Amino acid sequence: MEGGVVLLDFWPSSFTMRVKIALAEKGIKYECKHEDLFNKSPLLLEMNPVHKKIPVLIHNGKPISESLIIVQYIDEVWNHKSPLLPSDPYQRSQALFWGDYLDKKMYSCGKRIWVGKEDQEEAKEELMKILKTMEGELGDKLYFGGDSIGYVDVALVPFTSWFYTFETCGNFSIEADCPKLIAWAKRCKESESVCKALPDPLEIYGFMLQLKKRLGLN
Amino acid sequence: MAKSDVKVLGSWPSQYVMRARIALNIKSVSYEFLEEKLWESKSELLLKSNPVHKKIPVLIHGDKPICESLIIVQYIDEVWSSGPSILPSDPHERATARFWAAYLDEKWFPSIRSIGMAQGEDARKTAIAQVEEGLVLLEEAFGNCSKGKPFFGGDQIGYLDIAFGCFLAWLRVTEKISGIKLLSEANTPALLNWADRFCSDAAVKDVMPDTEKLAEFGKMVIAKMRGAAPPK
Repeated sequence: MEGGVVLLDFWPSSFTMRVKIALAEKGIKYECKHEDLFNKSPLLLEMNPVHKKIPVLIHNGKPISESLIIVQYIDEVWNHKSPLLPSDPYQRSQALFWGDYLDKKMYSCGKRIWVGKEDQEEAKEELMKILKTMEGELGDKLYFGGDSIGYVDVALVPFTSWFYTFETCGNFSIEADCPKLIAWAKRCKESESVCKALPDPLEIYGFMLQLKKRLGLN
Repeated sequence: MAKSDVKVLGSWPSQYVMRARIALNIKSVSYEFLEEKLWESKSELLLKSNPVHKKIPVLIHGDKPICESLIIVQYIDEVWSSGPSILPSDPHERATARFWAAYLDEKWFPSIRSIGMAQGEDARKTAIAQVEEGLVLLEEAFGNCSKGKPFFGGDQIGYLDIAFGCFLAWLRVTEKISGIKLLSEANTPALLNWADRFCSDAAVKDVMPDTEKLAEFGKMVIAKMRGAAPPK
């Protein structure tokens, strides 16, 4: 493991997708170890004893946890190419702000949609509010990072692989209200780093159905 | 830099606002403190500067607002780079400091708050146990980060000292009201000593609220929350 890079992964997780995109943007070779979250490996429990969650990046034997903390770490260590965060402190603070915003809002909102209980309608409205806010932040730029994929693109684009799942469970269309964001997602997927990290939306849907069954949420 | 060039929108009880003020003090940056009126509607300036969350603290540098306390601390560290460093220089140490700061915000401080809000003895005991479990982890983290030095950041206060230390006033209020010693010689000797050093530091002591005053404020908050109308 000395000198090596290992990622503890769970393929449907938007959070591990973020790390995969960042590693690919930097051209870093790494070993991907797939975790079964119902049967966590001793390595995961050793490397993230506090939260016992993926993703975990292990670099030179030392673990880093929390997806956006990992992305910042990757950007700082492999600073020879493809900067993800802006170099200007103010621009950087704005990028960090939007990453934090997504962390606070996206996952719990999305989950309430696919779990599909009484709070689903409220969650759908909240999701559209978040996505419209992000669309406003994108403006006329090609990417949140400007001319190339940056930190906010990395933070948000993985959730787009879950859009089909949200739309199907909630019976609504994201593209109808956020066409620019959908166009941005398609643009991102033209990059190999994004295209390889994001699973097929139909596979995510299938995974969600199995997960609901397993958790007894039907 | 003219004093009016740097403003902090905040309020005296807020631990998150304290983070921004401590960071500016470490860098010896003069700033104007604009106090939001508690219990009154939010100022125009706050709503304009932080339209997304409408929360304090906001750092306004020139005409640019920066929001979220830890992001503000990092910004201050990067802009006033000639002053003492706040974040560690090693990327793994930086990631570790960020990890624990996130843990404090997402897990540990909410468990402190739930001691105050707990209804019933069982709920109170559960909440206290959670806080104590967290302190065991943080005591170990202190050993790993400080490597025998006085602070998480080493010889001087750093990012994680600021992230954690800002909660000490509320921790002391909680100890006072609940009658339990959360930081103790028996369980958390290193953190107990660190807490005293942190609170007496020049960058901290003028912005750390007085425990009595904060306890009174805390009682008012709890009374208002319990008396508040149920959500629609």
